[in-house]
Amino acid sequence: MSCWQTVQDYALRSVGIGERLLPREDFTLCEQFTLIGSGMIWNIYFGLVALLAGFFLATALAMGKASHNRLLRKPSEWFIFLFRGSPLFIQFFFAYFLFLSLKGVSSVFDPFTSAGLGAAVVLFFNTAAYTGEIFYGALLSIPRGDLEAADAYGFSGWKKFRKISWPTMLRLAWPAYTNEAIFLFHATTLVYFSGFPAWQQRGDALYYASYFADKTFNPFIPYPILAMYFILFTLSVVGVFGLINRRLNRHLPAERRSKLRLRPNLLR
Amino acid sequence: MFNFCTDPDTLPKLEWFACYLTTGKHMGFYFSFGTVLLLLAITAPAALLFGFGGASAARARFLPLRWFGKAYISIVRGVPDIAFFLFFVIALDQGFEWMRHKVKCPDWDQPIRQGNDFVVCAQAKLPLGTAPQWVHETYGFSLAVLTFAIVFGAFSANVIYGAMRAVPKAQIETAEAYGMSRRQTFWRILVPQMWVFALPGLSNLWMVLIKATPLLFLLGVEDIVYWARNLGGTANPRFTDYPHADWRMWYFLALLVFYLLFTKVSELVLDRIMRRLSHGQDTAAGEAQRRAAGGPP
Repeated sequence: MSCWQTVQDYALRSVGIGERLLPREDFTLCEQFTLIGSGMIWNIYFGLVALLAGFFLATALAMGKASHNRLLRKPSEWFIFLFRGSPLFIQFFFAYFLFLSLKGVSSVFDPFTSAGLGAAVVLFFNTAAYTGEIFYGALLSIPRGDLEAADAYGFSGWKKFRKISWPTMLRLAWPAYTNEAIFLFHATTLVYFSGFPAWQQRGDALYYASYFADKTFNPFIPYPILAMYFILFTLSVVGVFGLINRRLNRHLPAERRSKLRLRPNLLR
Repeated sequence: MFNFCTDPDTLPKLEWFACYLTTGKHMGFYFSFGTVLLLLAITAPAALLFGFGGASAARARFLPLRWFGKAYISIVRGVPDIAFFLFFVIALDQGFEWMRHKVKCPDWDQPIRQGNDFVVCAQAKLPLGTAPQWVHETYGFSLAVLTFAIVFGAFSANVIYGAMRAVPKAQIETAEAYGMSRRQTFWRILVPQMWVFALPGLSNLWMVLIKATPLLFLLGVEDIVYWARNLGGTANPRFTDYPHADWRMWYFLALLVFYLLFTKVSELVLDRIMRRLSHGQDTAAGEAQRRAAGGPP
């Protein structure tokens, strides 16, 4: 079977398009590259959904945690503590079995037991908590002069937030937020190793990599392929976030711009 | 466990819970919390040792050693860690067996990788096929510890490397002016002074290490996740070992609370250590303490 044929069969296997049976013997390099790459679709999907949705919740959480109102502050603090204080792995398990129990109560929860929605919700909450903490830190370190200048210009309420606090907060938080994004993409590999089942063997990149490692007893090929995909993907995330960072810093003189310093990846 | 448990009348009563929670299998579950703590107790110093080695290698003068140190730090940090966990367990196991194979069976003429199989002679198997069950479990556990130490060693190597660079240059130059050799400067000046700079990073790492322990489950150790899944589940909807419905949610809720408490306690303890260490130090925290005690501004 030619490599092109393999690509046609398996490139979209992880979303259920193409050949149904996974290769069982005589694994070629081409098959491993294609299937693991196909699994990356899920990693990218989880990462993007959680990151985009989490961004807004994180802003709300940071505002809540910095608020003087107890009713806003306490829930935000607890939310952040809950998701940052416990392992993501356990969160996945708990959420899966929670959704499984809720399924019995109402059929509204049916789709949540699949990884595509349920795990995305968990990742969304998780990254919102981590990002919320980053944004909260940035919110506290907005230069006082900026806020006083806003007051002097007669800005207040929403306008002050929209024009002054929020952009400055983003600018200060951006390097740490970039690390969080990378970290989140790495964390997406946990999904199919926790409670969530890979229905019809549609899994993410790590799922296929461990499939090959189990079948061939040779971890030295699939895992480096996976590593290569992730390093490439990390580089492109860094590229995109670097562009946004440049835009956020465009009004500053060159030497005061905050550089992206990459300290990616610790487990969560 | 309790005498009244032998009486079937307790089943509908609340005492039944006391019986349920003290069955032999639950004892295994509680024991596995000990496994997690044991893992932490062994891994933390081991990872620190790996980290110290990695950081020293990364700043060695000998070029290949420096490359090795830097590659170790950056590769392990650049890839999803869970991939490393899955990779190292197989790779280490095969590595050990391969080495034993080379030593014990020098006249073996077949290839080790035959298609999809990894074949070594019977004497080289680790652990030996005839070994009792506890040897297998201990071997699995030590592989897990080694894997954790390698991965977290890279993280702590990065922290320690940064801390070594944060030690003021003047200190090193003074040591050289006193005529100390490179080795003496390293052991007597650099290493004692770097810990204050390393501690915030290392305590952060400790929190991360706590949260990484459920991954033991993926490495095939019977840890708390394993037991929670088994005890909470119904073996089979109709005929079940456990007299309850699917309780896995509650078991994992218990684990969630356990981890939350554990991180909270560690946070308090580490705060206290940090306060003690920065006492009298020329850092922002030390300065704040001095002012709070009423020292001159």
